[in-house]
Formats: sequence, C-alpha cells, structure tokens
Amino acid sequence: MLRCEAPVYRPRTLTDAIYARADMPDATVIAGGTDVMVYLESGSLKPTRFLDLWDCSGLRWQQFITGGQFCGAGLTCTDAIRSPQTHPLVREACSTVGAVQIQNRATIGGNICNSSPAGDTLPVWLALDAEFELASMRGRRRVPAASFWKGYKQIDLRPDELLVGVLLPQTTGETHFRKVGTRMAQSISKVIFAGRYRRGVEARLAFGAVGPTPMRCREAEAALVAGRPVDEVVALVEAEITPIDDVRSTADYRRKVAGNIVRRWLASL
Amino acid sequence: MITRFVCNGQPVEVETPPMTRLLDVLREELRLTGSKEGCGEGECGACTVRIDGVPVMSCLVPVAQVAGCNVQTIEGLAGALVHPVQAAMLEHGGAQCGICTPGLCMSAAALLEENPHPSVEQVRVALAGNLCRCTGYQKVIEAVSHALVDTGE
Ligand SMILES: Cc1cc2nc3c(=O)[nH]c(=O)nc-3n(C[C@H](O)[C@H](O)[C@H](O)COP(=O)(O)OP(=O)(O)OC[C@H]3O[C@@H](n4cnc5c(N)ncnc54)[C@H](O)[C@@H]3O)c2cc1C
Ligand code: FES
Ligand code: FES
Repeated sequence: MLRCEAPVYRPRTLTDAIYARADMPDATVIAGGTDVMVYLESGSLKPTRFLDLWDCSGLRWQQFITGGQFCGAGLTCTDAIRSPQTHPLVREACSTVGAVQIQNRATIGGNICNSSPAGDTLPVWLALDAEFELASMRGRRRVPAASFWKGYKQIDLRPDELLVGVLLPQTTGETHFRKVGTRMAQSISKVIFAGRYRRGVEARLAFGAVGPTPMRCREAEAALVAGRPVDEVVALVEAEITPIDDVRSTADYRRKVAGNIVRRWLASL
Repeated sequence: MITRFVCNGQPVEVETPPMTRLLDVLREELRLTGSKEGCGEGECGACTVRIDGVPVMSCLVPVAQVAGCNVQTIEGLAGALVHPVQAAMLEHGGAQCGICTPGLCMSAAALLEENPHPSVEQVRVALAGNLCRCTGYQKVIEAVSHALVDTGE
C-alpha cells in the first residue's frame, strides 16, 4: 500500500470538468483508474492532485449522429460491449481488454489517452478513420486518430484539454480484428490488428504493439487497393512496421505474425 | 477526507486520503479482510468486490470513487444461508488454499445474477480475471456452472 495524500477534484458535469482542467493543468486526470492506479501504486506517478472524471456526466454516452456515431470518452469497455450501437470492431477490441473487472472500469478515453502502443482499441480508431474531440475553455477541436499519437506515449492533447469522445464516420467494407497475446484475458498484446477493406476502393491496415505508436501501413494499403498480389501486400506490411524485442515478444515474431494476420484475413475474404 | 458509502448494506463513513485504494479501506479501516491482495495491480482478481452490483478490482479503485455507492464484499454475500455460489464451491471442491475464493465468488455471483444459466464458455469468460494457483480451475468452473442447478433455481 502506497500512501498518496494528493487531493481529488470530482466534477459532476463536463462544463465543470473543463473549467477545472483550465485551473489545474498539473492535475492527473483519472477516469476508470485501471492505468493510473497501477502507476500510482508502482511509484512511477508523482501526482500533485487529481481530476476525476468517473462521475462526470456528459462523457458516458454513445449516439448515432448525422454521418456517423459519437462515443463518449467515459464509456467503459463493458458499456461498449453491451450497447447494440457499438461498431463490431470496437466491441471486439473492448472484449479483449483485461478481464471483466477491468472492462467494467476501463474507459475508451483512458485507453486512447494512456496511449500505450499496445492499447487494444487504438488500431481500431485508425481503421475506422476516427476523429477525437478535445475540449478546453478555448473551445473544441477535432484531431484525426491518424495524427493523435505523435510518438511513444506522446499525444496531441494540450495541458488544458480533455478528451470528450470519438467520432466515427460511416464507413464501408469488410472489417477484421485480431489480438495476439499470451492468453485471451489479462494479457498485453504482442500484436494487434484492425483492418477494413473494400475491394478496389479503400483499405486500412492498422497495427498496435509493432512500433512506438499504433500505425497504419499506408504502402500496403495502397498496394491492396491497387489489386497487387497478397505476397506483395504482406511484404510491405512486414517492411513498414517497426517492432522491437521486449519482455513480451521479439521483433521477428511480431513481424511474422503481423504478416500472417493480413495474409489469413485476405485469404478468408 | 471523509467518504460515505454503503458497505454490505450498512452505511459507513471512513476518514482517509481520497486516493486510498478501496481494498485498503475495506481491510484496514473496516476490518473486512475477506478481500485479498494478491498482486495489487489488477491482474489476479483476489480483491474483487462489487460496486453497485458490478464486479471490480478493489485494488484499482480510489475510495473517492465509491462515495455514495453500494459496495458488496464477500462478507456480505451470504444472506441467512450461504450464497449458492459458496455452497457450490464447498460441494464441488472449488476451493483449496482459499486465497482466490472470495474474489471468485464475487465474480461468479455477479455472473449468475445476470445470467442464471451460463454456458461453460460464459463462466470461463466471467472468471478469466480471477487467478487460482491451486485448483486448476476445473472444479471452480463446475461449481459455478452447477450453483443454481444444485439449488433448483
Ligand atoms: C490487469 C490489467 C489488464 C489490462 N489489460 C489491457 C488490455 O488487455 N488491453 C489494453 O488495451 N489495456 C489493458 N489495460 C490497461 C487499461 O485497462 C486500459 O488502458 C484502459 O482503457 C484505461 O482506461 P481507464 O479509464 O481506466 O484510464 P485511467 O487509468 O483512468 O487513465 C489512463 C490515462 O488516460 C488519461 N485520461 C483518461 N481519460 C481522459 C480524458 N477524458 N481526457 C484526457 N485524459 C484522459 C489519464 O490521465 C491517464 O493518463 C489493462 C490494465 C490492467 C490493470
Ligand atoms: S490484488 Fe487486486 S487484482 Fe490482484
Ligand atoms: S484455491 Fe488457492 S489460489 Fe485458488
């Protein structure tokens, strides 16, 4: 047990939360706490104070909007799994996060902002051309998922901003999600893949845990849309990703697996 | 800071820093030592309790987040009789050293409330966040699968 005396501010509305964020840019934001509490207990987080969004209304909802769908940052994985509105790729990714007790607290906003390269939902947002809605006292702005993760654990979120939610445009095509880990539950991914493909029209081949940020393989996507042979597409995937050796796996294994996932999926279509 | 919530049906009031882990509040302040600390990082499920019915890892929840909530621990699971899950764990030999058992019972009770007749696969998914070093899981899964069948519910 690590004793932490830091105070916690618990806004009940989004407006209050945005005001509070402007007042305390030094505060650690906490939502479900499934990442933050681990950092706190390990001693790697040195908090001054906390801004707790768990009971903040206005973040935990999901709705169809013109041209797509909005998912609040405060939706838990369980909320997303259970809602009939949830996109199948989002549902699949959320079902692979931790285990039931984790899914019951873990929010999608927390997954996005924690920005672990192995965050299971992250490639999904890339595959679905998602945009993140950020809010501060200065107003709102939208950032495409493709430019949100700027480097290892670096995100395009300013100190006075909060993530409000995710906008998913209407998309077409076949989709596929695959997580490769040590076991089904409670394991951090070795490779995560989210794909979307409409023959001759567009392709998204997005990966996690194979580089410092989640990434799309844009050359492989272009080759796929152009109707190039599968071998060529797979070779491009293997060349574009930048996996490393770490405690969970090796770069070679990850490269091989990433290629195999794409090959198998394309063969099944 | 004072935090008020309901624990096993009783209103309680604790004075701790707001980021104190719910697990520590339960064990150290309320002396409810049924919930165990296995890992302290959300991996093992030995600390599983229910907040407003929902199973969570109490080692990952700051007490500030349960203000006004209903918390149920293993101490509050049995009514006049042991809970069907507890009875089934006894009956089917689902517990050995017992460290994982309180957490497993809380996860299982939450599952059965929502889905009284789960498939084996559903039981496995619901219990995947509860690690056990003794039983090999088979007897636990049998116990949970049979819990409501045994009681005729
Ligand atoms: C045992 C265990 C297993 C896990 N397994 C997986 C897994 O399989 N896959 C996976 O992807 N993750 C896994 N995780 C990690 C974690 O559960 C997820 O990343 C989760 O989605 C985080 O959400 P949270 O609400 O708990 O975030 P928190 O811990 O509350 O916050 C995470 C980060 O996001 C920031 N943040 C949160 N919300 C906002 C917001 N609205 N605006 C701005 N910043 C915000 C916080 O400041 C913090 O930096 C696991 C964690 C544990 C403990
Ligand atoms: S002690 Fe909480 S999950 Fe292990
Ligand atoms: S009975 Fe010993 S850990 Fe499960």
